[in-house]
Amino acid sequence: MTGDSTMPRHRELGLTDSEYDLIVEKLGREPNAVELAMFSLLWSEHCAYKHSRKLLGRLPTDGPRVVMGPGENAGAVDVGSGYAVAFKVESHNHPSAVEPFQGAATGVGGILRDVFAIGARPIAVLDSLRFGELDSVRSRHLLDGAVRGIGHYGNSIGVPNVGGEIYFEEPYEHNCLVNAMCIGFAKTEAMVRAAAAGIGNTVVLMGATTGRDGIGGASVLASAELGEGDDAKRPTVQVGDPFEESKVLECCLELLEKGLLVSLQDLGAAGLTSSAGEMASAGGVGIDIDVAKVPLREADMEPFEIMVSESQERMLAVVEPSRVAEVRAICDKWQTGSAEIGVVTDSGRVRILKAGEVVGDMPVEALVDGCPLYDLEPEAPAGWIYGNRQTLAPSADSEATLLALLAAPSIASKQWIFQQYDSIVGSRTVRRPEAADAAVLQLPESGNAIAVSIDGNGRRVACEPYNGTVEAVLECAQNLACVGAEPLGLTNCLNFGNPEKPVPAWQLDRAISGLAVVCEELGVPVVGGNVSLYNEGPDGPIYPTPVVAMVGELPNPAQTAPMGFAKAGDAIALLGPFAPTLQGSELAKQRGELAMGLPEPDVAAVAAACATVREAVRAGRVASAHDVSDGGLACALAESAISSGLGFRADLQDLRERGCSPEEALFGEGTGGFVLSGERTELEALGALVIGEVGSTTIELAAGDRSLVIGLVDATEAWRSLDARAEAVA
Amino acid sequence: MIWGVLQFPGSCDERDALNACEVVGGEARLIWHDERDLGGVDGIVVPGGFSYGDYLRAGAIARFSPAMEAVAELAAAGGPVLGICNGFQVLCEAGLLPGALLRNQELRFICKQADLLVVDGPKSADIERFSAHQQVLSIPMKHGEGRYYAPDAMLDEMEAKGQVAYRYADGHNANGSVRDIAGVRNERGNVVGLMPHPEHAVDPLTGSIDGRKVFEALEGFA
Repeated sequence: MTGDSTMPRHRELGLTDSEYDLIVEKLGREPNAVELAMFSLLWSEHCAYKHSRKLLGRLPTDGPRVVMGPGENAGAVDVGSGYAVAFKVESHNHPSAVEPFQGAATGVGGILRDVFAIGARPIAVLDSLRFGELDSVRSRHLLDGAVRGIGHYGNSIGVPNVGGEIYFEEPYEHNCLVNAMCIGFAKTEAMVRAAAAGIGNTVVLMGATTGRDGIGGASVLASAELGEGDDAKRPTVQVGDPFEESKVLECCLELLEKGLLVSLQDLGAAGLTSSAGEMASAGGVGIDIDVAKVPLREADMEPFEIMVSESQERMLAVVEPSRVAEVRAICDKWQTGSAEIGVVTDSGRVRILKAGEVVGDMPVEALVDGCPLYDLEPEAPAGWIYGNRQTLAPSADSEATLLALLAAPSIASKQWIFQQYDSIVGSRTVRRPEAADAAVLQLPESGNAIAVSIDGNGRRVACEPYNGTVEAVLECAQNLACVGAEPLGLTNCLNFGNPEKPVPAWQLDRAISGLAVVCEELGVPVVGGNVSLYNEGPDGPIYPTPVVAMVGELPNPAQTAPMGFAKAGDAIALLGPFAPTLQGSELAKQRGELAMGLPEPDVAAVAAACATVREAVRAGRVASAHDVSDGGLACALAESAISSGLGFRADLQDLRERGCSPEEALFGEGTGGFVLSGERTELEALGALVIGEVGSTTIELAAGDRSLVIGLVDATEAWRSLDARAEAVA
Repeated sequence: MIWGVLQFPGSCDERDALNACEVVGGEARLIWHDERDLGGVDGIVVPGGFSYGDYLRAGAIARFSPAMEAVAELAAAGGPVLGICNGFQVLCEAGLLPGALLRNQELRFICKQADLLVVDGPKSADIERFSAHQQVLSIPMKHGEGRYYAPDAMLDEMEAKGQVAYRYADGHNANGSVRDIAGVRNERGNVVGLMPHPEHAVDPLTGSIDGRKVFEALEGFA
């Protein structure tokens, strides 16, 4: 930790003076170095959610299919036949901005541990990434490092990476976002919670040894803005070892299957401090930890360093004393470490000992739940606070415009990225990346399948945080509908700027309201979440980026629609309440015309369209389904064409009745639109508007006075152009 | 036929391999790397993954496991042994197959569907099963160290003896393997290794079913 010697220690650690005073009051004395280090972490934004917890109370969390909700290591929903699917998204933004390879790798490692900590076997990873524009050398460096890191960890551990999304926008230039999601699968009755229980039970630390890596990560990196001199923060980035994680994962699942653990918790941000504290808090008990019993990488570590180390691939378990030998034998079998480092007590206190001598002693309640929660002071900005950069002349013709949109890094195929990930290990992947709107994973054990989508267009949220967040959730719902899935639950990762500043506070407040209302209206419970604040660079905050991930169920994995057209001669139709505008669109961005404002989505109408598409896909009544998203209808149609190698002809003139100009019909964006293909009579029976026909080797589009014809080969080349541009990194 | 699927710390595709063995009509069980006794199985799959983390060199540590000693004995006795991806690397490291696997030409991990040509074997009766399948197989590949390499003289000899089992079709050699080689076999033909993953090509829902033929081609050695 860098430091100014004149600054009080607590401020160096990120605590305010009044927070420090409160700690003194709760302890009845000044905290010692060990206690101060532990308080500073558990009272950080990252661990205590002190600027967001009050707002998060608005989110609906109950539902008939919810098995585990917020507060557990991961949320979980029932998928039938006695099985549950667990899922969670977590950010690893600041570590990735400082050291992209290890930052992203350990982001994957951390989210995997969250999922197997509740007894679920990880079956898929997805990720949501944000970088600055691709023409920036820094962005390409961060992209390359993050993709290699995600691949390194996920590929090595044998969990498929089945999807995700990436946007390239200037406001992420200095503060990239790396959000990783893990899906797990478990027998519902075998799942465990993280609450310590049973006075006198043994606390066992499993997995890797404890070193100096990642010390202060949660408070120093995750809870402050990035700025000059961040290279000095590199030692706070953890280093991942997927082989160790693979062994710990298998070991933990075997221990749980044999019923040998009372409870299990991963060690993530704030290391032993948070896992021990949170386990004690959840169980209403106390815990004694003896740091002298923790296996170390370096012999001379201080007690506070041992307690706050963020060394990866470690798990904490509570075990009945009579089963400890059996537990340790299984750890030996998997060639992973185990040590009896503590005991569950009835003291209600976390006590840190060093070879029996007390070096820290704090009430659990003060440590874990004592942090003051703050109200925000939100204030709407007077106008567009982010930049505008023109890269496409408004006079560009329709052909040039479509090609420019298809080649936009945020729209173009992400094949270069997902081909670096193992997307098939586990034999569940029914729809590989970019084959359909959502990833589809079969569950032979329960006879059905799940679909997963992750989304969050920060640019649109920046235009209007409430409507933009509603759109992100609706986009997930639409993606699930395209593969015939019905939403079961949602999780999120809220990536925002500094909540102590009025505009980011306003963005956060509005976004959470939007999230709450749309989830309530759709009847989709929020089963977990993560908040990442202080995402700012020298130029200001990132785009407000609520990344939402939705898991849905489909009865028959063989009955899902691809996004690509199926055959020449099929009719193409538009379904849903789609009334596009240029506001917040990729085209507005390229023209340098971004401004505040986004139309309010009609949630009920979109939900109804989703239900229609879902049922049609399940019944095999459509040959393809793709939602209209970035780049508008022209891009959605082109993507269905490129994906299948089949051209098409379409006339969008009828969108005039929805108040759309020809340009808006072609390139405007908005929620609620589906592009379907199939038998004309079937599509008309669904109430869809037939707009064209599949066939030929060209893309032919008309809308009033605008029309365009481009070769499918040219469109494909534009859409596939990310590969060469991203590779220009070395 | 009963297949044994080895499991090392760091294996990833062992459950997929078990499933594939069952799909092609066999029985299958996992064999822990520490086992010196293979328990009477008829054939062995050395599965994909990152045995021992592959931090040293892919397969370099796994080859020393007790189970691999037993696999060498089974191979010497003419029993079928199939090495997939990391398993192929292990068999090369163990000297049961010729050549070596280097880092992909582009120095990146690659996961994509690939077309493989089944290559004619030598005129041995055992190997004729392969010739019978001569065709193109669509099977996924996923690896960072899959560029097959052997010196020219060795390659000439291998080809003369029919030891090249699978080649990437035109435009599908994504890792830069010498002479488009995707998989090789020993002289007898009972030990086969390939980088692409036939165990991930046995279910029409997850891709293709062409991988079944790779398993079936070895059944004659059981």
